[in-house]
Amino acid sequence: MSYIEPHAHMVSRTTDDYEKLALAGCEALCEPAFWAGFDRSSPQAFHDYFRQLTEVEPARAAKFAIRHFCWLCINPKEADDPGFAREVMTLLPDFLDKPNVLGIGEIGLNKNTRNELAIFEEHVQLALDRGLPVLIHTPHLEDKLKGTRIMLDSLANFSGLDPSMVIIDHVEEHTVRMVLDAGHWAGMTLYPESKCTPSRAIDILETEGLERIWMNSACDWGVSDPLAVPRCMLEMKRRGYSRETIRKVAFDNPRDFLSASTNFNLDI
Amino acid sequence: MPTRKELLDMQFIDARARVIDVAAFLDRIDRHPGDGEEPRLKALRRALPILLSDSPGRAKAVLEALSDTSDVMPESAAFQGATGAPPASEPA
Repeated sequence: MSYIEPHAHMVSRTTDDYEKLALAGCEALCEPAFWAGFDRSSPQAFHDYFRQLTEVEPARAAKFAIRHFCWLCINPKEADDPGFAREVMTLLPDFLDKPNVLGIGEIGLNKNTRNELAIFEEHVQLALDRGLPVLIHTPHLEDKLKGTRIMLDSLANFSGLDPSMVIIDHVEEHTVRMVLDAGHWAGMTLYPESKCTPSRAIDILETEGLERIWMNSACDWGVSDPLAVPRCMLEMKRRGYSRETIRKVAFDNPRDFLSASTNFNLDI
Repeated sequence: MPTRKELLDMQFIDARARVIDVAAFLDRIDRHPGDGEEPRLKALRRALPILLSDSPGRAKAVLEALSDTSDVMPESAAFQGATGAPPASEPA
């Protein structure tokens, strides 16, 4: 069954993974800008990274008939140094008009600091100024609940922001309802050890409904599985969900949200 | 939608294994030298009784028990990364 992988860090993955994704039915994937597992030594390193996201990865994906899209920003972890972060942000205008760029992301908080919040809000303002959708990372483990609340409060202060232009990712049982109640989209990340397992993601669909929600693998350099979405689709099938319901969550919902970007297009 | 029995048939062995794993983990911690009640262990012990609740929302309650609920917002991070349990200063 066709699906969209709405969050994958393919710069960290092998070409074999692109083939596996294609064989599993992936038609398009979206790659948010993120932390590389180490802090970059200079803002210029992000110039190369943004080229990788806008030139190199789309070409790798195209070899397997997968459409590649990306989101650009400086990630929350490196945003704790605001001077450094603002230098990186000066690079963004050179890339935001590239044909595979969807919007601003994955911005957010990491350790819930004032520095991170300042850069988060500057990114949101940039998205607002350009009419772009926003993809938001929520913090890990014990920091997620507090960070999600802080960002929801912050977003509510942007009077011109359409909440349906924002997806808040990595939700779990304790954050999903507050995100949906604020009018945003919610993303569930399927990880083997943290975030959601497929069983829990399906539980969340059962308790919270099928509207404004997607699931993703967020596969990267850490413990993660690029086939997590098709595995969850299989688990949905085992739990008796119809093809239509599975397709809604794995294809229709991400397509509907991503269509907020004028660059999103599934035609090869 | 599967029945309760069908779900048990599909997932009971997995849940059983996870509960035994947690029990064995606590035994392992007890057997080894070091401070017994560091914040992660305290947080885990605080979360475990939630499993025995008769109310729905156990997963949400466990996640909340393992979350930082403070209002403190530092200027910058003292360290990167996350431990999986609230900071030591939070009440047990």
